[in-house]
Amino acid sequence: MPAAAWLFVMLALPLLVVVVFSFGERAAAGGYVPAFTFAQYANLPARWAAFKNTLILAPLGTIVALLAAYPLAYYLAIKASPRLRTGLLILVIVPFWTSILIRTYAWIYILGGRGIPELLEHLGIDDLRLINTPFAVLVGIVYGYLPLMVFPIYVSLEKFDQRLLEAASDLGSPPWRAFLQVTLPLSIPGVATGSMLVFILLMGEFLIPALLGGGKVFFVGNALVDLFLQSRNWAFGSAVAATLVIVMLVTVTLYMRLMRRTSGQRDDVGLF
Amino acid sequence: MRLYAAAVYIFLYAPIAIIVLFSFNAGRHASDFQGFSAQWYGRALSNPFVVDALTTSLIVAATTAILASLFGTMAALALQQVRGPVRAVFDAMIYVAIMVPGIVIGIATLIALVTAFKFLNPLLEAVWPFEGATAPRLNMGYLSLIAAHTMFTMALVIVIVRARLAGMDRSLIEASADLYATPWATFRQITLPQISPAILAGFLLSFTFSFDDFIIAFFVAGSQTTLPIYIFSSIRRGVTPEINAIGTMVLAVSLVLLVVSQVMLRKRTNGK
Repeated sequence: MPAAAWLFVMLALPLLVVVVFSFGERAAAGGYVPAFTFAQYANLPARWAAFKNTLILAPLGTIVALLAAYPLAYYLAIKASPRLRTGLLILVIVPFWTSILIRTYAWIYILGGRGIPELLEHLGIDDLRLINTPFAVLVGIVYGYLPLMVFPIYVSLEKFDQRLLEAASDLGSPPWRAFLQVTLPLSIPGVATGSMLVFILLMGEFLIPALLGGGKVFFVGNALVDLFLQSRNWAFGSAVAATLVIVMLVTVTLYMRLMRRTSGQRDDVGLF
Repeated sequence: MRLYAAAVYIFLYAPIAIIVLFSFNAGRHASDFQGFSAQWYGRALSNPFVVDALTTSLIVAATTAILASLFGTMAALALQQVRGPVRAVFDAMIYVAIMVPGIVIGIATLIALVTAFKFLNPLLEAVWPFEGATAPRLNMGYLSLIAAHTMFTMALVIVIVRARLAGMDRSLIEASADLYATPWATFRQITLPQISPAILAGFLLSFTFSFDDFIIAFFVAGSQTTLPIYIFSSIRRGVTPEINAIGTMVLAVSLVLLVVSQVMLRKRTNGK
């Protein structure tokens, strides 16, 4: 089967090569010399800052995106008129399928010196720096990944039987309580899927910190680009990449466990 | 709630609107709007670097989309008959292709191909049968771009076509077999018409993905420049109205392809 061969040669094999390289050494001129050493892994603390930024901003970005997305998904699934629903939903998804590079660099305008800071100057707030700060990166993250978060939550909310809410209110439950005890638990699968998708993509993010972090706020992805394309230290770069994938897999597995427990042993908390 | 939804839509679309607006800027400075003009579109399209990058992107995206939809469809069809461990391994590979961050896929492809070429090029030279003509050298460029993009998008096509196959009415195939149709005739007259919208949608999404991809291409493009790579390196030197014009065109291309693919996927409901 050609597809299986292709997937194997182009996916499984290269990933194995990364693991092999991570135990090697850097050649004097850049590149790689075969070896079996843990030196690259021992050297990981040299890139601690990148891991720290990623491990703070990726979960934070996921949470903020979730908080921003939930009300919109709720509105689309429950409050919006059915006539407008499809159109509004498409409007959420469209940006996600267009180039994230272009959508992200637009924020250089908005957050840059002539954008929001200039508007704020008219209000008497001077010398506010937005671009090249963790805040800018966070805005970029929420902007870029909001659609991916809205969609799964919408799907889980849309499926749910609204008569349950009527039942709750008939039984004398105030709306906020019905939300906490009925709507929210039923939407957990969507929340889990959305958060996981966003989190996975954020762990490998390069563009948003590169464009909006200005070299000050960098992720593991930026360290990888530096190691592979600038300093050409492939052995160390491979160790960083392997560590990134391991950290990601561990976090995702733990998160899935947690979600499965909170949603009462349901099996549908998954990607597909 | 409605107000919040409206605010989110503004948040999603304002940056895109700003890029489109500034691409029509008559002035030469990126952040000073001085009236409407389409001059930057003309400049962008007569810039040889832009045209080169655009050509590369189009060739890579078209080849990727053809290969991915062909092999992806074949794989999805073959997977119907496969059960047991082979199926599990294949599913796991598709899962990995979608889960592993793009940046790691880029890195893995880069070092695997460079290593393979180092080994293959002397071999190719040794067995090259034509005297006088030098053997072709395998290099990072079109080949690696297409290989990496196909790997990634093929997984996408498999998922889409498989979903369509799962929703197909099996009794039609059985009826066709009962009427003594050969398997090929059944495939051409029953299966293919039913899954063709999904294949086309997969084709268009693969094209869009490949055309918009930055991070994988950044690693494996070698001496080639795709349009996103050109845009990224230009932004580093400062945002110009020309980049905005290019960005607007890229957004328009993905938008058109997205609309067509959605129309195709939706066709199944009236096709029955």
